[in-house]
Amino acid sequence: MNQLSLYLRFPFVQYALIVGTLIALCSSLLGVTLVLKRFSFIGDGLSHVAFGAMAAAGVMRLSDNMALVLPVTVLCAVLLLRVGQNAKIQGDASIAMLSVGALALGYLLMNLFPTSSNVSGDVCSTLFGSTSILTLSARDVWLCSVLSVLSVGAFVFFYHKIFAVTFDEAFARAAGTNAGLYNLLIAVMIAVIIALAMNLVGSLLISALVVFPALSAMRIFRSFRAVTICSACLSVCCTLAGMLIAIAAATPVGATIVAADIAAFAVFSAVGALRERNFL
Amino acid sequence: MAQLSCEKLSLGYEGHEIVGDLTFSVNAGDYLCIVGENGSGKSTLMKTILGLRAPMGGEIRVGDGLRRNEIGYLPQQTAVQRDFPASVREIVLSGCQGRAGLRPFYSRDEKKLAADNMEKLGLTALSGRCYRDLSGGQQQRVLLARALCATRKLLLLDEPVSGLDPKVTAELYLLIERLNADDGITVIMISHDVSAALRYASHILHIGQRVFFGTRDEYLKSAKGGAAT
Repeated sequence: MNQLSLYLRFPFVQYALIVGTLIALCSSLLGVTLVLKRFSFIGDGLSHVAFGAMAAAGVMRLSDNMALVLPVTVLCAVLLLRVGQNAKIQGDASIAMLSVGALALGYLLMNLFPTSSNVSGDVCSTLFGSTSILTLSARDVWLCSVLSVLSVGAFVFFYHKIFAVTFDEAFARAAGTNAGLYNLLIAVMIAVIIALAMNLVGSLLISALVVFPALSAMRIFRSFRAVTICSACLSVCCTLAGMLIAIAAATPVGATIVAADIAAFAVFSAVGALRERNFL
Repeated sequence: MAQLSCEKLSLGYEGHEIVGDLTFSVNAGDYLCIVGENGSGKSTLMKTILGLRAPMGGEIRVGDGLRRNEIGYLPQQTAVQRDFPASVREIVLSGCQGRAGLRPFYSRDEKKLAADNMEKLGLTALSGRCYRDLSGGQQQRVLLARALCATRKLLLLDEPVSGLDPKVTAELYLLIERLNADDGITVIMISHDVSAALRYASHILHIGQRVFFGTRDEYLKSAKGGAAT
């Protein structure tokens, strides 16, 4: 415990906690919509795209990875949505193509142009996050804060529209709501959040951050608003708990956060099941 | 001036015409049933009326003070909705989204409208319940209340009774008839069920190989109507 409070005095640990909380909040807000719209795989596909972009940024020796990762991920999100509507190639198949392709090319790039002697270490840290959350600069924290505030602000401002488009797109269109625009907004927001979350949990584990809190909240709560609020709180709690445990016990940060999310999901599922049989 | 009139409308997918030269009009207070076989283009016609897809040819005009986004639409249920965690109140209120425009929150008037429509359809006691826990008939009433929030004039119903048991079906038909007769709301309904269409509708539009449009009595007199009953 003493050791933990000692660690908490380091600025890089404080940065990590701030960024972790913000990312957890943003990812869980949109998670509800992604799960309900059957868009979960878009999040997964985009995270692999972010991996490819990260590898490319490393090879180009960019001083700021985000300058490449962010636009590429957003662009792919827009592309995926367009392709999904035209349906020449089925939506899920195009996501599979894009995500596996980005993963393979990213790994190929990292091997062809190694930036350090430890290629597998680099790959591992990009895939699973490992320590990059603890090497954030003050600038990274600012970027993340601004983008998070923008995401949460957009979500609150368009909350009713996002609900309407998620629940019934045909009705929303008939009522004059520009559903295509809101789908685009959702896709862009999720791309931004995934690019940010690369640092926290790494590209393979981002989907867990998006999907688990929403699914947990849906086990228990019965209205869209309650599910959204619960999933946001749960996500922040699990992420903070996961990070503190990871710091104290020296476990990998991303994996520990996901483990906390899984534990919460198990608890919520159990409570939900008990409630359905009227034990609670 | 008719509320809705379609002239020489031609519908289809990717250059392949399903229905051609469709001309009919709907006046305030009419109860129009659109019947026809599967694949005859009923749903395509409905989507075209709503402006969700463009016609291949011809024209749709709205008049009599009706605007295109003031049509209350009751779509067929999708798989997403069956396990959607949303309360009845949230769903009914989302019917006001056309009125709210870009305003991010619903006004007091809109909330009152939603409450009134829930009352009218007997949903007040259910307003906090979760949509996925309701019976099929209750779910349809929720979607009907939402459609009423979007319109005071014209309802478009896409097979509203599919999947409901006979008792609930009869109740829903009665409810729709009351909205038409008491509140003067125009009803356009797609239906498989020709006998129910003939019982409640004032006008019939039959689409398929041959197209028929006219009042119920004219339909009954025509050979096609006679064969159908």
